[in-house]
Amino acid sequence: MSPTLLFLSGLILLGAYCAYRLTTAGAKPSPSQWVTGIVLLGGLILDNLATGMATKGLLICLLPLLSFWILMFFGRNHLPSGGDWIAMIAIGLSLCLSYSIYHQAIGAYESGDEFFYHQSEGNIASFEWIAFTNPDTGERTPWKLGFWIDSLTAIMLMVVAGISFLVHLFSLGYMKGEENYSRYFGYLGIFSFSMLLLVLTDNLFVLYICWELVGVSSFLLIGFFINKDSAAAAAKKAFLTNRVGDLGFAIGLFIVYNNFHTFSIREIFDALANGAMADSPWTLTFMGLGLFCGAVGKSAQFPLHIWLPDAMEGPTPVSALIHAATMVAAGVYLVARLFPVFNDTAFLVIAYIGTFTAIMAATIAITQFDIKRVLAYSTLSQLGYMVAALGVGAYSAALFHLTTHAFFKALLFLCSGSVIHALHHEQDMRNMGGLAGKTKVTFITMLVGTLAISGVPFFSGFYSKDKILAGALEMGMINPHHAIIFIALLLAAGITAFYMFRLIFMTFTGKPRDRHAWEHAHEGPWTMQVPLVVLAILAICSGWTHLGLGGFFQERVVPWGTEAQVATHHADAPTLFTTAAFAQEEGTAVEEHSAHGEAHDEPVANAAAMHEEGHHDVQHTAHVVAMILSILVATSGIILSALTYWERIRVIDPAKCARAMGPVYDLVYNKYYVDEFYARTFYRGLEIVRNVLARFDLRIIDGIVNGAGRVTVFTSGKSGRFDLRVVDRIVDWIAEVCQHYGQRIRRVESGVIQDYALKVGGAFGTMVILWMIVRSFFIGA
Amino acid sequence: MSGLVIITFLPIIAGCILALAPLPNDTVRKASLAVTLAILAISIPLMWNFGEAYRAVSPEVSEAANSPMPFVYETNVKWIETFNINFHIGVDGLSMPFVFLTAFLCPLCILASWGIGEKVRGYFALFLLLEGGMIGTFVALDLFLFYVFWELMLLPMYFLIGIWGGPRKEYAAIKFFLYTLFGSIFLFIAMLVLYWKTGTFSLVELPGHEGLGDLKWWVQIALFLGLYVAFAIKIPAFPFHTWLPDAHVEAPTAISVILAGILLKMGTYAIFRISFPIFPVATAWFCTPLAVLAVINIVYGALCAMAQTDFKKLVAYSSISHMGFVMLGMAVYKEEAMQGAVFQMFNHGCITAMLFLLVGVIYDRAHHRDLAGFGGLVKPMPLYGGYAAFAFFAALGLPGLSGFISESLVFLGAFQEQKLLACIGTLGILLGAAYMLWTYQRVFMGPVNEKYKDYKDMNKIEIASLLPLAVMVLVLGIFPFIFLDMLAPTVSNLLAHLHVGREEYEAMRTAAEQVAMNLHP
Repeated sequence: MSPTLLFLSGLILLGAYCAYRLTTAGAKPSPSQWVTGIVLLGGLILDNLATGMATKGLLICLLPLLSFWILMFFGRNHLPSGGDWIAMIAIGLSLCLSYSIYHQAIGAYESGDEFFYHQSEGNIASFEWIAFTNPDTGERTPWKLGFWIDSLTAIMLMVVAGISFLVHLFSLGYMKGEENYSRYFGYLGIFSFSMLLLVLTDNLFVLYICWELVGVSSFLLIGFFINKDSAAAAAKKAFLTNRVGDLGFAIGLFIVYNNFHTFSIREIFDALANGAMADSPWTLTFMGLGLFCGAVGKSAQFPLHIWLPDAMEGPTPVSALIHAATMVAAGVYLVARLFPVFNDTAFLVIAYIGTFTAIMAATIAITQFDIKRVLAYSTLSQLGYMVAALGVGAYSAALFHLTTHAFFKALLFLCSGSVIHALHHEQDMRNMGGLAGKTKVTFITMLVGTLAISGVPFFSGFYSKDKILAGALEMGMINPHHAIIFIALLLAAGITAFYMFRLIFMTFTGKPRDRHAWEHAHEGPWTMQVPLVVLAILAICSGWTHLGLGGFFQERVVPWGTEAQVATHHADAPTLFTTAAFAQEEGTAVEEHSAHGEAHDEPVANAAAMHEEGHHDVQHTAHVVAMILSILVATSGIILSALTYWERIRVIDPAKCARAMGPVYDLVYNKYYVDEFYARTFYRGLEIVRNVLARFDLRIIDGIVNGAGRVTVFTSGKSGRFDLRVVDRIVDWIAEVCQHYGQRIRRVESGVIQDYALKVGGAFGTMVILWMIVRSFFIGA
Repeated sequence: MSGLVIITFLPIIAGCILALAPLPNDTVRKASLAVTLAILAISIPLMWNFGEAYRAVSPEVSEAANSPMPFVYETNVKWIETFNINFHIGVDGLSMPFVFLTAFLCPLCILASWGIGEKVRGYFALFLLLEGGMIGTFVALDLFLFYVFWELMLLPMYFLIGIWGGPRKEYAAIKFFLYTLFGSIFLFIAMLVLYWKTGTFSLVELPGHEGLGDLKWWVQIALFLGLYVAFAIKIPAFPFHTWLPDAHVEAPTAISVILAGILLKMGTYAIFRISFPIFPVATAWFCTPLAVLAVINIVYGALCAMAQTDFKKLVAYSSISHMGFVMLGMAVYKEEAMQGAVFQMFNHGCITAMLFLLVGVIYDRAHHRDLAGFGGLVKPMPLYGGYAAFAFFAALGLPGLSGFISESLVFLGAFQEQKLLACIGTLGILLGAAYMLWTYQRVFMGPVNEKYKDYKDMNKIEIASLLPLAVMVLVLGIFPFIFLDMLAPTVSNLLAHLHVGREEYEAMRTAAEQVAMNLHP
């Protein structure tokens, strides 16, 4: 009941505020402002028209696509105010429809019903695409495309459409007057389309398509300031780095197709549950790791994290939407959606990669000065958190954190956008300071976001982060080899609190370091403030167990195959454990599972034992311990940060610290030289290879061809001379010989008739005699 | 008279008339546009009705291996009776798309040639002759007729490059001509051997002809390799590819389009049409080497493309890389891969055509193609930048556009047979993205080059030549089944034949291994 109320009241408040601003907005409200006010009402009407789940799903994703096409073709020249209102309508309606799906999910949760929708025959959302012969059955089976809507989808729809809507709204003010204003909204449209379809689809192939499409929209939006060199380079870097991950993803898909001959997620799960691939653990591992590669690229995990900080070249609202809240979380979503596909080995890799990213990015964030880059590294770190959570099996915790993070990180980015806007595109925190009084709304909302991300109790981030830490601790307790994951994540939590408050103190407190900019600083228009307030409210309450989403996640967002069994508590258990627990429940022997990865025999067996002994005790202990520890580290991080960066109580000089750290500081400040490493190895290597090959092609391969040509020309020259000197000479010589003997023989022809008669008669006589001799010789014998 | 006969001879006759009639330049242009449009108009219903017509004559799946490959829209007239040579034309799922592609690209090329100013009559006459040759090659069902059209195509191409080309046009034209002719020798020899063994040139009768039954395996392989060389030059497959960059760089825009869009497809088409059905055993023997060559083509072409500084050369090398996908799809006995290969041929025709047209647009303005010399072109020419982005993304295999579907089908099939090679091949996708985006960045993004800041955006003719291609790429990217469903029966018929050959080959190999085992126990 309560989460519904919360969202509804939020929407109503938003609508009321919009209406209020409209009435007081002065002479001429722009079309976009009108639309913002009405669109929520329109959504309710549409909600009634589109009754079927499939219709809703289709409309949700197709509306933004429509807006994209309209804006690309007519935006600039033919539409008033660049057509931004079209984008607003589209995304607003999508939001309303998403909300109605979400509403259904929450309703089902409250009444205890199951919430799951999948395509069925004859449904408009079930679409038969290309067809091939299945080698197993010999029948022509089409690839069916449809929707998969469960609690996870519902919540993702809400996050994507909601933040997208708020970012659209924010952009109205932020992007005002930019060149290609309408194209910007067009790009947002194609992004929203692909991201929404990505979470809706039930087919891995379509998911991959959307995966790449969000990559392209990200490319277009990072490179939005297309005539800026750094933006162009960053856009290319983002796309290519993602492509590297996508290669792995593609290979994972090849393995999927090779084994299952289908891309339908449900059919894959069914096949897996029926024991397909049980005897090929390595293939399963490779498949899992391949698919995870895609997530590594998109969610910017180490070693493919390098693109995300550079992606901050894009407009700030874009950073909030794509590079903080939604697209980068797609990797997490992918792993979550395909949770049953991964085995223990894969999960272990996932856990460690996530943990490493979390701590690495957090340390880098301490040293950066660009406000957006700090946030970018913070995003990396938080994504690492989610990935690690999935790796340790804290499934719902990971997605819970995805949601809360989406809210507070989008908030933080929009706030930083507001700051940048206020200071006329100043991004260096060393030139900021003292803005708290000047931009009150921004300051308060950003503080809320910071408290949330730092894990301060009663803010959303606290709940989700605490759950992740509890999950990691639980795994550490059962399986002490991997306790390092928990320790690293805890440390990262402390660092997060530290650098986030560093950001707050440097930006909003103290004396303004750039007096001129400070004096001109101003809060943005209402379109920019509303999203901040809404997101701040969400950043506070979305984590609450009853009023917020905590309970919903706890009970409803669980891996496929467990929802029906309502094995809610186990869903949160660490993986190397969860799998065993599930295996038991599904009646599969634990031994079979442990055969999956010889190396993890022990933990799995351990796990099963622990499970029997009293899994709940472990979970409970872990929760309490993790909560206390996380509050402790967050507080110490904040206090340390205040002592260093808050001018009023400063006791530590950061510059001195940096000097004292010396080479370590340099290493971290330069982001561990990962970019440089890639430049020296991969880029340079590629450059050398391609130049060598190009030269090889020109000199050797083409050289042979041209050489063959030259040899032919040469030989033809020689043969021409041979022809002239030898062949022709022989001909001439023959002629000469003939002439010579001809001269001699000519004398036979004397011209005297008697002479001729004599010769002829003689010859005839000789022939007759010869003939007779020969004849008698043969016949006589 | 069947539509196929008309579209084969209409361009040839029209070309001859144009060559002889002293018409003003503008009339010549319009007349040739009208002719090519008429051909397109005729080929559309042919294409439209093809699927149904073919399904009607296609045998049952279980019968496919034993019955001859069916064709539709057939015309079979005696031509040179002494040698049993017939004028036999017809199409199946392998050739119909390319007849259509030819008919589709030619009007666009005519538009792209609108600016040709010198010897206009000759140019358009030769162009029409070329179109006739191309369509003829695709529809010919008699090996001799095929050979005639194959060579007929060569001649106008030689003059079109050699007369209307760039600075090194003679070199490029001669290289192209001689190289292809060199390949034709093998085709000719193979043709004679086949005739001598069977007494027929018919491509319908030759597959599975009993006269070929006693052909020694090494003769089969030798003939197959000879034919492969002949066709590999056309594809062009590594290491026979070097004529392509030269020819492309020197050829005028429209001719580059034709060259990349249609002529390259002749190579793979001929392998599908001639080598595969006639020598199924040799095909089984050759499929792994072919896959290796394909992957080399993919990766090598992409790496070479990355090193180019000439816009057109880059696109030329990208063609080599993309044709590698086709070869990879051919090399594995999988429905997905083979459909993907044919689809990729079609898509590459459209996408590369777009790329060359785009290069032509900027070359007409800047008169150079040096990639380092541009920058920030999106600002003065936003429409051009948009089309270029579309084409570049299509070329790098963006989902939602047709190239992606065909590439992924090829890989999905190839992975089932050749896991390692398929994985290496995916590198081509990454490298493709790398050079395409790098090029886009250098030409269109970044600070505006002062020299080009006043350039006019694309004009109506240029848009008219690009828009249909873009629509085609987009539509086939979202609804690939339009194309694939039409193709499917032909591919499964062909596969049925190939599988028989493969079983024979496997049996032979097992027998040979048995012998070897007995010799060295």
